[in-house]
Amino acid sequence: PRVCVVGSGPAGFYTAQHILKHHGGAQVDIYEKLPVPFGLVRFGVAPDHPEVKNVINTFTQTAHSGRCAYYGNVTVGRDVTVPELRQAYHAVVLSYGAEDNRVLGIPGENLSGVYSARAFVGWYNGLPENRDLKPDLSCETALILGHGNVALDVARILLSPLQLLRKTDITDSSLAALACSKVKRVWLVGRRGPLQVAFTIKELREMINLPGARAVLDPADFTGLENAVKDAPRPRKRLTELMIKTALEKPREKPVEARAAASREWGLKFQRSPQEVLPTPDGKRARGVRMALTRLEGSGDSARAIPTGEVEELECGLVLSSIGSRSLPLDPAVPFDTRRGIIPNSSGRVEGVPGLYCSGWVKRGPTGVIITTMNDSFDTAQSVLEDLQGGVLDMSPSREGFRAVESILRSRGVRPVSFSDWEKIDAAEVARGKAAGKPREKIVDPAEMLRLIGH
Amino acid sequence: MIAQGILGLVRPLRSGLNASKIHFICLGGVTEQHHNPSKWWSERGFSSTHRLQDAPGESSSAGQVTVHFINRDGERLTTTAKEGESLLEVVVNQNLAIDGFGACEGTLACSTCHLIFDKDTFQKLDAISDEELDMLDLAYGLTETSRLGCQVYVKKSMDGLTVRVPMDVSDIRRQLEVGKQSKQ
Repeated sequence: PRVCVVGSGPAGFYTAQHILKHHGGAQVDIYEKLPVPFGLVRFGVAPDHPEVKNVINTFTQTAHSGRCAYYGNVTVGRDVTVPELRQAYHAVVLSYGAEDNRVLGIPGENLSGVYSARAFVGWYNGLPENRDLKPDLSCETALILGHGNVALDVARILLSPLQLLRKTDITDSSLAALACSKVKRVWLVGRRGPLQVAFTIKELREMINLPGARAVLDPADFTGLENAVKDAPRPRKRLTELMIKTALEKPREKPVEARAAASREWGLKFQRSPQEVLPTPDGKRARGVRMALTRLEGSGDSARAIPTGEVEELECGLVLSSIGSRSLPLDPAVPFDTRRGIIPNSSGRVEGVPGLYCSGWVKRGPTGVIITTMNDSFDTAQSVLEDLQGGVLDMSPSREGFRAVESILRSRGVRPVSFSDWEKIDAAEVARGKAAGKPREKIVDPAEMLRLIGH
Repeated sequence: MIAQGILGLVRPLRSGLNASKIHFICLGGVTEQHHNPSKWWSERGFSSTHRLQDAPGESSSAGQVTVHFINRDGERLTTTAKEGESLLEVVVNQNLAIDGFGACEGTLACSTCHLIFDKDTFQKLDAISDEELDMLDLAYGLTETSRLGCQVYVKKSMDGLTVRVPMDVSDIRRQLEVGKQSKQ
């Protein structure tokens, strides 16, 4: 049987891997719109978290399987449609993730100096579409809206000592911009309280221990919380206790040099919901954000933030909104739940469309770490395997797989990039990075990638 | 503080052991290694975080310890391990068919090598670090006797040890579905 996977991030690769492992005859073709594979592992995981990227090794192994093929530079929905793929393959799995970001929906959102965290991360990670972001880092104070791990990643990259970043795979141009950055204070602002933070303890600890930066947490935000988490599940308890401890810690007597060394600061602000990004007198750039102070109704994960009527203005020149990603509909032939931003499905089987499946963020929503996506992909792969075996799918007409798609692509002037083509790009990036002591220097221009492989 | 992991978890592409009612015919080859063995060995690194020291066994028989892994589908996988190996290394070195085990290759950047121990063994394990606890906190199905396999090192006293691979969200969901179907 021939299976097609759309998207070469963790969801795509884990789904492919599981199918290949448990079906000795399946051929799995993975399509990717960029020339290069791996999705968020390459473009989302922070440059200073290289261990998280080790999954690339297992994905590479999968790609090398004789029954797996990679086709980069193919945009499904444009170069080839989903109905055309469903004609060519016995099963099609959509694993294309969440490429857009949620919008704040407040006035001033489009002022200069306001960016989505997603675009900012794409910028320092070399995502082609964000390479010309040119974020304005000439102000002292940055506001990050959101209390998730992406918010912490952005804060950390903004405040990390340059000598630490220099040895990572962060792009050269963003390194140069950060070297000129005036940002020395970062506030992470959330609508709800400390008990609702979405970031996890490892990332928080990393921020607390960041050289040259001190944590500014208001003890008043944590009154009574020690008690509130006494009987909470261990993860929430430990996370809250770490915040409390950091808030209550008195800065030890430090010599002048040490105090000067901690010249950067970051902090958490709670129960503040952004109402408007305020403009500079010339009306062009952000100068601050007006916040509605909130109170909490309910508790735990389902607590809701209700405006109290009071407001506060926070001064800043850089606003990064880190309030979540969003999937987009790919093809009119694929059902899409616009409200929830996912493809309606049951265990990865797309509702009402036999032979069509989904895995990863487009299936579940854009949250979770690699293990979450891994489990979810195995779940979808199980559904595919059951259906392949169980006579549910129409296996009789001969499906030609890539042979059929190839002629479609050729007629549209699209030339796919193979996995060994990617390995040439990979080798070039590693070689360029070597001179600078970096694991790689990412190529950010798709045209340059294609030239490199002779396309 | 960047730890080096075990390079490339080489897995054989053979029919899965958690097939239960579904039988798959394996047409493809067995093990596909894409680095020549000597290169793979020379590139192997080991996790440098909190390595507690038992020296590896002197001779092949002296250092061997039997370990049983109860897989997610209930199947018991029995294998021999060397003293000083981490349980993640055991799974990798013995090519055990545990799906998605050890994604970050032993660098404390994921929780996919989560294992559940019996109470007695658990209490005798070496102390858990904050770093391990931080990642364990994210594991699905966390129990009082959970540890990350990459941080538990095999000792002679563990001969005959049985550990359980926890079920994940999708396993639970499938169990519920199967339960519902069988009632119809």
